[in-house]
Amino acid sequence: MTDRVSNGSRRRFLRGSLAGLSAALVAGCDRLGDTSWFGALLRSGETMTRATQRLIVPRAALAQEFTDADVKGPFRSNGTSHPRSTTYDALAANDFVDWRLHVDGLVAQPLELSLEELEAMRSRTQITRHDCVEGWSAIAKWTGVPLADVLDRAAPQPNARFVVFHCADPKEADGTEPYYESIDMIDAYHPQTILAYRLNDAPLPIGNGAPIRVRIERQLGYKMAKYIMRIELVDRFDRLYGGNGGYWEDRGYAWYAGI
Amino acid sequence: MSQLYYRHRLPVRLMHWINVVVFVVMLMSGLTIFNAHPTLYWGDESYGGATKLLQIRGVNTDDGPVGLTTLFGRTFDTTGLLGAAPNAHGGVTLRAFPYWSTIPSFYSLAEARRWHFFFMWLLIVNGLLYVLWSLATRHLSRDLAPTTTDLKSIWPSVKDHVRFRHPRGEAAKHYNVLQKLTYLSVIFAWFPLVILMGFAMSPMLDALAPGWVDFFGGRQSARTLHFVAAFALLAFMALHVFLVITTGLWNNMRSMIDGHYRVRPELPVPAAPVTEFPPIDYAPVDPTDGGRTRRPGSRAAAASTADRAGSKQ
Repeated sequence: MTDRVSNGSRRRFLRGSLAGLSAALVAGCDRLGDTSWFGALLRSGETMTRATQRLIVPRAALAQEFTDADVKGPFRSNGTSHPRSTTYDALAANDFVDWRLHVDGLVAQPLELSLEELEAMRSRTQITRHDCVEGWSAIAKWTGVPLADVLDRAAPQPNARFVVFHCADPKEADGTEPYYESIDMIDAYHPQTILAYRLNDAPLPIGNGAPIRVRIERQLGYKMAKYIMRIELVDRFDRLYGGNGGYWEDRGYAWYAGI
Repeated sequence: MSQLYYRHRLPVRLMHWINVVVFVVMLMSGLTIFNAHPTLYWGDESYGGATKLLQIRGVNTDDGPVGLTTLFGRTFDTTGLLGAAPNAHGGVTLRAFPYWSTIPSFYSLAEARRWHFFFMWLLIVNGLLYVLWSLATRHLSRDLAPTTTDLKSIWPSVKDHVRFRHPRGEAAKHYNVLQKLTYLSVIFAWFPLVILMGFAMSPMLDALAPGWVDFFGGRQSARTLHFVAAFALLAFMALHVFLVITTGLWNNMRSMIDGHYRVRPELPVPAAPVTEFPPIDYAPVDPTDGGRTRRPGSRAAAASTADRAGSKQ
């Protein structure tokens, strides 16, 4: 009887000290993560990953494409499902007839394109897998105009290094903190990078970014901005919003999302 | 009688301890990443009726927070550990893995990914250096590759292990066959699998050869296999630490710190058992060989096989 009691308390002590040891370890890691030198060290992993992946994966290597049979259900709406914006609501009420895509910044020929004009351009349809940073995946069929074609029309200046997507959805209820994203020219000119206006053979629903969202098939979902209003070409993005090149990047996520 | 024996060379000791830190960080930051979407599937995707293999949920009920873990369709109450567990501030938090098992201790997918994808590089570089060093110095072929004799002694070695009989003398200077096979599977199967399945989750690396991920069942299957391999490595670590403690904690630790291991002397071979009624076919005893020469079938022969722990291999 006493043996059993002491066994129980020994086990409790052991379990308590294991959890305690682990809790001390994670507390130490938390503190280390808060120091700037260690934070910078951790961030260097992103640079190494980007450099390595750019080195070994050919620029035009395609993401896997699937067949119609692989599209098994409606595509889930993640993040913003309806922008909190009266401007956006007015555009949506009129089926985006009055919506214009502005392409500007470091371009020789700034553009204003209607949805009809985009739909009249060369289109690409692809069935691909969307990978969220959280870990889930979903397969869907996307139709849109290659971003490369739009950029060619705008004729980027030689010093343009990044493509910035400005979106209609503010992330705060008071209309502030707009969603935005940026990619480099390699991803911008990739053959599967399209401004999608159709999803699973139907017009792109509001929940998935109407009237257009960008597909960047070799990156994670948060790079693929929805509700795009304006495309700006820049030579640097550190002067935009939080300075890290995207809404989630300003909240600590990696700018390079190939992993 | 006991002697110090130089067991682990400096590069092995260094790479071992680097790997300890790196593996623990990878595992714990990985648990935070898992917490972002605490469900594992089989197949390419997570929706459209994908097969759920594991799901950890936390729900608020009238009786308080409850943690529920569903494995292969069977749901278990895991309150206190998975799904809902005490936090560092005296309350209960709904999340798959509890705060003391994750890096960072609070939920931050962004920060966990930074830890994971920096230490990933250390894991890969340290692992590659270890394999190259082991090949170059013939550590692999000399110390880790099982010999034919080893392979024949698997079953006796299993029996020794479950009886906690550990080698002494000369035998203690070499890995036994179970150690060799376990270490080889960790080095050449579990670590490569966990790393490869990590690569399979990278949308950019998937484009290297479109479709290669389907060889492992698809991206969500790869995520599941990444998790399984990580827990196989955790199980290895737990067993490894258990054996380090039970087979002489300080001696083992010293061998991985300054390299020296104290080999326990061979057990004196027990004298021939005195039988009250010697069998008719009892062979003459040669007192100089400690009673080893026995005919098969006699009780003394049985006693000498029982002593294998001291003289095996």
